[in-house]
Amino acid sequence: MNIVVAMKQIPDLQQIRISNRRPVLQDVPLTFGGIDKSALEAAVVLKESLGEVKVWVLSAGSEELEDTVKEALAAGGDEAYLVIDQSLAGADSSIIAQVLAAGIKQLNDVDLILFGEGSGDNYSGQVGARVARLLELPLVSYARDIKIDGDTAQVVRVLEDCEEVLEVKLPAVITVLSDIGEPRIPSVTQILKAGKKPKQTAELDDLGISAGQSNPVITLSNLAPESNRKRIVVKNPVELVEKLKSENLIGG
Amino acid sequence: MAKILIYSAKDTLALELLSAARLIAGETGAEIVALTINDDDQGRILANVGAHVYRVNAPDLVMADVAAVADVIAQGVQQLGAGVVLLSSDRRGKELAGSVAQFIEAGCITDISAIQVNNGRIECQRNALGGATVATQYIEGDKQVLAIAPKAFPAASGEGGSISELQITVKPSGIKVRETKTKDSDSVNIEEAAVIVAVGQGLRSKEDLAMVEALARSLGGVIACSKPVATDKKWLPEDRVIGLSGKQCKPDLALLFGISGQVQFTVGIRDAKTIVAVNTDENATINQMADYILTADMHEVIPELNRLLG
Repeated sequence: MNIVVAMKQIPDLQQIRISNRRPVLQDVPLTFGGIDKSALEAAVVLKESLGEVKVWVLSAGSEELEDTVKEALAAGGDEAYLVIDQSLAGADSSIIAQVLAAGIKQLNDVDLILFGEGSGDNYSGQVGARVARLLELPLVSYARDIKIDGDTAQVVRVLEDCEEVLEVKLPAVITVLSDIGEPRIPSVTQILKAGKKPKQTAELDDLGISAGQSNPVITLSNLAPESNRKRIVVKNPVELVEKLKSENLIGG
Repeated sequence: MAKILIYSAKDTLALELLSAARLIAGETGAEIVALTINDDDQGRILANVGAHVYRVNAPDLVMADVAAVADVIAQGVQQLGAGVVLLSSDRRGKELAGSVAQFIEAGCITDISAIQVNNGRIECQRNALGGATVATQYIEGDKQVLAIAPKAFPAASGEGGSISELQITVKPSGIKVRETKTKDSDSVNIEEAAVIVAVGQGLRSKEDLAMVEALARSLGGVIACSKPVATDKKWLPEDRVIGLSGKQCKPDLALLFGISGQVQFTVGIRDAKTIVAVNTDENATINQMADYILTADMHEVIPELNRLLG
């Protein structure tokens, strides 16, 4: 069985500074989105329970991806398939979806394609659904649990007001919640071995993807929100209560 | 001119979409159509406030098969001549958004918190970079799927709508619903709360939640948390999580205890009117966005607050 985990290369959000309301991305290391890492964990857990499973890490991005992907190979991915092009870093969801769908077609007998329910940076949540449509596969998003039985998956989808227990015919696209599993921290040996795991790389030309795009999303501005907080330092709970009472924020 | 089509499975969100559609239509002059799928009650609700409703009745459609529902919406877009599709950015709507966008080869923006129309361009605001920034974006082209965050617009009112039927075809589904479990209906919605008492990883043990509960109760508020408290420690349910992948809250007062202030959290609370941060680290990021800052251990502060307010 082949499980593909699609992961997005993003800047490490903890290390983004804001200067004059603008995000400073220079020298910020690249990593994978947190929920994507949970998707990988879910795949590795399925492999541990089912046995004969190969976990593919699929990603599209800049050439730094060859380095970033080691993280995922250390955390349990067996082989990587990377589509590398400078234009793919920060590309529109519709482009990334086309690239990933084309990449998946290059891999044989894919049974399950996992995504995080949203990327760590934009959290737009479109790519999984778009890929499902491009490959004409069933789609289930917001999965908290996946069990495989033969050619079907039993999936628990969590919505705001209810949970659905679904049976999905494989192959299928499933996007997962971070609740599905906390990503494991690889051991030193796993990190060392990750560099030796197989990697295939492709360019856009190899996949027959054209640069043109209809209905692109244009970003006019991207600024940190203005904050006009009072930032008054109080010394103790008594002073805090006095302040909040004086503003009528608490009773008494 | 291409029409604006709205659809949400939830009545309240569909009414909000109608308001958003009217804002856009007011600038562009586009006609608005509302789609309902296997939901005649919603059709009546929308028609009663002036919407032109197209009702789909497809007994074979599995509503949990979001791609199949997207296919139905795409057929509606085609038949009714729509260009802009407004969906709700709740989980169901967000899942639909990517799918519908691919069906009709549209650009798509989700989690939209505000819309402004400039020269016919629908400019949308949404969080970016994990909530560190707010991006203003628009889609260049005539096919646009816009998923709008709950409560970004008020529910529409009005009168003089209509209801028509729409015929669509349904393909066989690869998804079967085994069970649907409704969540506890008396569970608290932290998005509605006027006062929030939130805890983060500074909280030492699950037992300490009792004092936090007591404080929330005496302030007439609710208890909430940062993501790790629910996801890693499982001390509180997922519906109490504030932040990018949790709830976006706008209370009058937010008391934040033991929360360092990563953007993925602060994006969910930065619209609070007043923020109090209690943290042992005087340089904690959360202090940057607080109105009142107390550098102290929450395990000492909360019992004292309970004594003072009890």
